[in-house]
Amino acid sequence: MPADLSSVAPEPGSAKPDPILQVEGMRRSFGGLVAVDVEKVEIQRGIITALIGPNGAGKTTFFNLLTGFDEPDGGTRVFDGKNIDSKTPHQLARMGMVRTFQLTKSLTKLSVIDNMKLGAKGQRGESFLVSIIPPLWSAQEREIEARADDLLRRFKLDHMREQYAGTLSGGQRKLLEMARALMSSPSVICLDEPMAGVNPALTQSLLEHVKSLREEGITVIFVEHDMDVVRDISDWVVVMAEGRVIAEGPHETIGKNQAVIDAYLGAHHDADLDLDAGEEAVIPPPEDSANGEEE
Amino acid sequence: MTVLLAAVDWGQIFKLTVSSSLGVDAMVFAMAAIGLNIHFGYTGLLNFGHVGFMAVGGYGVGVAIATWGLNPYLGLLIGIVFALILALLLGLPTLRLRADYLAIVTIAASEIIRLLARSTTLRPWTRGTEGLNEFAGEFYNLSPFDKNLYDWGPFFFTANNLFIVIVGWITTVLMALLVWQLMRSPWGRVLKAIREDEDAARALGKNAYWYKLQALMLGGAIGGAAGMFQVIAKSTVQPDTFQPVITFFIWTVLVLGGVGRVWSPIVGSMIFWGLLALVENILRQFVNEGFISSVIMDSNQVGIFRFITVGLGLMTLMVFRPQGIFGSREEMALDAR
Repeated sequence: MPADLSSVAPEPGSAKPDPILQVEGMRRSFGGLVAVDVEKVEIQRGIITALIGPNGAGKTTFFNLLTGFDEPDGGTRVFDGKNIDSKTPHQLARMGMVRTFQLTKSLTKLSVIDNMKLGAKGQRGESFLVSIIPPLWSAQEREIEARADDLLRRFKLDHMREQYAGTLSGGQRKLLEMARALMSSPSVICLDEPMAGVNPALTQSLLEHVKSLREEGITVIFVEHDMDVVRDISDWVVVMAEGRVIAEGPHETIGKNQAVIDAYLGAHHDADLDLDAGEEAVIPPPEDSANGEEE
Repeated sequence: MTVLLAAVDWGQIFKLTVSSSLGVDAMVFAMAAIGLNIHFGYTGLLNFGHVGFMAVGGYGVGVAIATWGLNPYLGLLIGIVFALILALLLGLPTLRLRADYLAIVTIAASEIIRLLARSTTLRPWTRGTEGLNEFAGEFYNLSPFDKNLYDWGPFFFTANNLFIVIVGWITTVLMALLVWQLMRSPWGRVLKAIREDEDAARALGKNAYWYKLQALMLGGAIGGAAGMFQVIAKSTVQPDTFQPVITFFIWTVLVLGGVGRVWSPIVGSMIFWGLLALVENILRQFVNEGFISSVIMDSNQVGIFRFITVGLGLMTLMVFRPQGIFGSREEMALDAR
């Protein structure tokens, strides 16, 4: 059951009762451009946290920094009480934090079932010397295969089991990538735009899958653009703009937050386009512009 | 025309073709291509200096026996160790970087090795361009074949060649079986995942760098073994047998058979060398019998022309069967997406 966040102040950097991830002072700049500059963010265990923000807000860079795919210029990250600043992506995955990618990375020339089996952790047969002697790993392989088949059924991909992953549709690849990530029994799953490019019918089932992760006690962090989706499934929303966290809170408060509205629509979006009053006019009166062209 | 063709000894051509497709070169290239297949076919590593592994393997065994006077079997071990060290030297700095860096480094390294071997500095060990000779005798003492020449039907070998070819092909098949076993194991699955998308493998908890290094070492050791078989078969190790073009012949063999398939290096190599012998012997007889006027081609040009024909054959293959002999069209189509 998701923890009660009603006591948490809906403001950037607010402390959570039971954080699984804590980020402090994380910065990443590309040349002169500061892509991410997050003072403090905590992610509550066992809930669905949405990370939203306009294009170029630094959401994906933030994800890359979080999961070790990119190195921050500074700052600390703590996962489940342990400092993870120097951890590589594969070490983080083994610790229980897996991610998916915005552009799906289905391993096209591997079958769907092999994609799934790859996700399992602690495989004895993945060591070179052990792999030569099948009896040492075949029992574990059967267990993994059974688990993979269960997940494939749950994600309704079981009919594609033996197909190359490259033959799947875009939406099916998203499903496969999520299912594959689950093979490692993660405690945190970071989904980078799981709904992008997925048809509406499939979106619904993807949403159900994400919700069911929460029921299993998995912490979900996801990047999303579609506000309906965010409203539907997220327990907590973190809003980024220009690399900073500008707002946090349950989705009800986010929609009314002035900083968020400004970030998405621009600070002067509700200023009147008063065409009669000359001084404040954003667009010059039509007659003037017409004259200008004639000159 | 039929009268003319009847003068050609087709039996002889057939015999030389079959013997060549099972001969020392075919065996060595099949083995080397198995190593390259682990690199490129299964792990996606761009190795354009595979001949470098053959060179260090060959020189390892040659120098150990001829220069250092060590036990020949220890020499074999040293050849493999040299290949493994080369793999580490090449892999440690480059495998963290993008794939192209390994390609650049391997092609340069293979030339550095050849030039070092023929340099005056290393002359006390490698004997420069002359190379090392007469060190393989110990191995042939094991040979049960004592006749000068073995001429069975289409097979035609000297005693020493027959011995090394039999041992070599058995080793090659065992290596292919090893690759088959590895690639159906979870270890091979990780390699294939890295070939498809390294980041995905890392996101799933696989140490891609370490797996790539393992693959480079395994394929390099097999390449080194191929080099050892080559120098033992010829009883000589000379720097200029390890020209960069050898690397590309190995690539040809691999692409011909089909990349990422267990048996393709073996079949690819047999076809490659069989085809070369077939074209050469047909042309040679035609030239000798006067079917081809010496204005067009003399017997000295046959050797070069056979490569032109094989090149044309490869181009045709790439147009009509780009996946190679064993490759799957379905997989090729996935790349295009």
